[in-house]
Amino acid sequence: MEANAQELPATMLPRPFRITRVRRELSDVFTWELEPADGGAPLTYAPGQFNMLYLDGIGEVPISISGDPTGEWLVHTIRAVGAVTDLLQKLRKGDEIGLRGPFGVGWPVVEAEGSDVLIVAGGLGLAPLRPAIYHVLANRARYGSVGIYYGARTPADLLFRKELERWRGRFDLYVEATVDAADTTWAGRVGVVPKLIDRQVHRFDPESSVALICGPEVMMRFTVAKLRECGVPDAQQYVSMERNMHCAVGLCGHCQLGPEFICKDGPVFPFDRIAPVFHAREL
Amino acid sequence: METLKPIDELLDEHPFFAGMEDGPRKFIAGCGRNEVFHAGDYLFREGDPADRFFLIRHGSVALELHVPGREPLVVDTLQSGEIAGWSWLLPPHKWANDARATTLVRAISLDGTCLRGKCEEDHSVGYEVFKRFIPVIAGRLSAVRMQLMDVYGTPQKKR
Ligand SMILES: Cc1cc2nc3c(=O)[nH]c(=O)nc-3n(C[C@H](O)[C@H](O)[C@H](O)COP(=O)(O)OP(=O)(O)OC[C@H]3O[C@@H](n4cnc5c(N)ncnc54)[C@H](O)[C@@H]3O)c2cc1C
Repeated sequence: MEANAQELPATMLPRPFRITRVRRELSDVFTWELEPADGGAPLTYAPGQFNMLYLDGIGEVPISISGDPTGEWLVHTIRAVGAVTDLLQKLRKGDEIGLRGPFGVGWPVVEAEGSDVLIVAGGLGLAPLRPAIYHVLANRARYGSVGIYYGARTPADLLFRKELERWRGRFDLYVEATVDAADTTWAGRVGVVPKLIDRQVHRFDPESSVALICGPEVMMRFTVAKLRECGVPDAQQYVSMERNMHCAVGLCGHCQLGPEFICKDGPVFPFDRIAPVFHAREL
Repeated sequence: METLKPIDELLDEHPFFAGMEDGPRKFIAGCGRNEVFHAGDYLFREGDPADRFFLIRHGSVALELHVPGREPLVVDTLQSGEIAGWSWLLPPHKWANDARATTLVRAISLDGTCLRGKCEEDHSVGYEVFKRFIPVIAGRLSAVRMQLMDVYGTPQKKR
């Protein structure tokens, strides 16, 4: 599709943002706090939206927002996996990057009011879900039972571990974590996320539950199947599709998945809408 | 102190026996007994005769694999309502891994020889037992596949 340069939305132009804090989460994962470096207004966004982070002369990558939507800073949690993210990892406090956004349709936190909420995360998938968790906890009375079910590779790979422990201490929330493998010093669970859900079925009413799911696609596929088996309708299961994209505004077609553009129609989709193309091997 | 309930009643309360009619359950109950394990005790160890299986009533059990020269690896944890062990079903009836209590565990063990005998004696009981084991085994197989895929690992560049 061709776009006239003069009609390009403002979100096509990167804004400079300054890194105000870098936190090491895991060996290859770090979190940034950012502030606008152009003196402009801070970014407002909805849980589940993402930004395009731009490194001059290198490239641009879509990264979900992982902070508190009502918080002071814009927060991103990034895993260094390749050309651009490896270089982002080298940046320090005070460095600047270009940023376009926010983009996409996020988690249905308003639609989920009045329902039981299951937040199901795998690996780094907890990062895009964290703004939704903050929102739900800040408005706790508007939801039924709330559970966070999280799976990671090993205990050392649990993201936001201190925060998970803090949430676990609350009386109005269930937090269950599991890992794929552990040594014998780990006192928590070992096994896959669907099994965690299986064991917690009594805590939610499947028909009036809303599930927010983010993780590797294989993990999401098994999770959706388990939730379906428990009676949660596909239309109430939301998955975040984090496949590669370029323009982020539905122009270039790079992230087109069947009739949907992940960047502008997603990345969060109700499963019944994305099911026909969920198993597509490539974009 | 917990009052001792008859084994049949305990079996009835355990999800593994959900939906089983009284007749076959009472028939099987004769093979069962109460067991208590303290944290750190082994329910069974790799290579030992698999002469029973466990219905976990309370507590948590870690299934461990031991590889020489490496730290033992926990590959699954089992909680109340789950079962531990199916090696009693298949020759050579030897445990394929270790099962360690990570908390105080209360369980019912069912004697393998006794249960196999009852299944042979009355095939409808055998069918009821196998019908309950197969979803457990299928669930574990599917979980192991997911674990093998190492889905949370760092993405590898495609060749
Ligand atoms: C909507 C959306 C939100 C995202 N949110 C986050 C986030 O919050 N944190 C984060 O760390 N990453 C996130 N990602 C993934 C991130 O965009 C990619 O990891 C990044 O683009 C890789 O770029 P690179 O140049 O560093 O790696 P490349 O050199 O392009 O790729 C390195 C390796 O990573 C794989 N890869 C590239 N993109 C993806 C992807 N989207 N998913 C899985 N594997 C990929 C490639 O196949 C390759 O094997 C998100 C992606 C999308 C589409």
